[in-house]
Amino acid sequence: MRIALVDYGAGNLPSVERAFTRLGATTERSTSAAPLERAHAIVLPGVGHFGALAAALDARDLRRPLLDAIGRGIPFLGICLGLQALWTGSDEAPAERGLGLLEGRVTALPATVKLPHMGWNQLSRRGERTSRLLAGLPDAAYVYFAHSYAGPADAAAVAVCDYGATFAAVVERDNLFGVQFHPEKSGAVGAGVLANFLEAAA
Amino acid sequence: MSLAHRIIPCLDTDGVRVVKGVRFEALRDAGDPVALAARYDRDGADEVVILDIAAARDQRPTFVDTIRRAARQLSIPLAAGGGIRCLDDARAVVEAGADKVTVNTAAVSDPSLITALAESFGSQAVVLAIDAARWAGGWRVFVRGGREPCGLDAIAWALEGARRGAGEILLTSIDRDGTQSGFDCDLVSAVAGAVPVPVIASGGARTPEDFLHVFERGRADAALAASIFHDGDMAIGTLKTFLASHGVTVREAA
Repeated sequence: MRIALVDYGAGNLPSVERAFTRLGATTERSTSAAPLERAHAIVLPGVGHFGALAAALDARDLRRPLLDAIGRGIPFLGICLGLQALWTGSDEAPAERGLGLLEGRVTALPATVKLPHMGWNQLSRRGERTSRLLAGLPDAAYVYFAHSYAGPADAAAVAVCDYGATFAAVVERDNLFGVQFHPEKSGAVGAGVLANFLEAAA
Repeated sequence: MSLAHRIIPCLDTDGVRVVKGVRFEALRDAGDPVALAARYDRDGADEVVILDIAAARDQRPTFVDTIRRAARQLSIPLAAGGGIRCLDDARAVVEAGADKVTVNTAAVSDPSLITALAESFGSQAVVLAIDAARWAGGWRVFVRGGREPCGLDAIAWALEGARRGAGEILLTSIDRDGTQSGFDCDLVSAVAGAVPVPVIASGGARTPEDFLHVFERGRADAALAASIFHDGDMAIGTLKTFLASHGVTVREAA
């Protein structure tokens, strides 16, 4: 299976790469459209500023190929900022556009709590929807977060997290997957999430 | 359901091997940082910090290699620092696999370094390390491995660091470091109550009660220790079970 890791200068790309390597999977760094066109699965890592991600996607002409691949049904996993890119935009960089595949916007976590939201927090599964990414993992599992902005806990969210506000922690819709936390830094639970993504993509 | 208090083992190295500091001096060998980091990952540590306390310029590449080898083993966050003087130093450890960079003396000399790091790597990757000692009813900041006072007030400096983009404060009590007489809860509480970012308490840990106190009285978001973990005096799992039984939110092994 060819897994394309979208390489636009995100700081956590090597960590994500190492996490897949530990699972025995091979990834290919993708700085341009071509590898996305032949990929069996696409991972968009990310940490840092929404504006930097949006600008990098534009600078490398990656928006259209990403949207095309996702439109063809290629399994896609967005991590942290890579998940946030799926909404229409973010208050962190109001002038920049997201990919617009999910309704709504990314907003700031409330200043009533310490920011960034950094550390291990618990997932809370939503209603009756079964999550493919969380299959076989403990309920209320702890995962590692490092962010100050987050997307809405609406119907696309199969798990949420509470920190000052309730936000989308795991998003799943058809071939679209996203996690606000860092599975590459979330110990055994994180490895389980990535393994589940590989399974869903197989 | 809330954010877990983190337990963070710290590996003080000479770039290659783990050494142990007692009052920042009298170093002795305590092992291979890569093997220790992997053990702490398995044992339920929430994060690992690896510092180059020698920070000798000519040994820099070996420290970066230590970070690279440790990062390969870790499935939890890794912070690295010691002798980070500029953006390029930070980039070297980040590219080697560190998720966060700690800065100390260089940030005091040039506070704009904090902002430059935050702009390059994001605030979540910038840890301002502050070594503080009691001084005339407050706490003063010390630099150069805790040896030199620099005239700054610890609380004011923590606030400025956060304002400039540090995403976390790693706060070490020089008075308590290596003494195993407990964290300086007054210092930690004063800083944690003042800054809008998480505070990692460091210096003086010996007993599980010390950790309980620094989370309850000190209001710390995370607690860091070195020798008690390296020497096997305290298992991370046992510590977390103790904390959980006293109502502290921790991430316990599944």
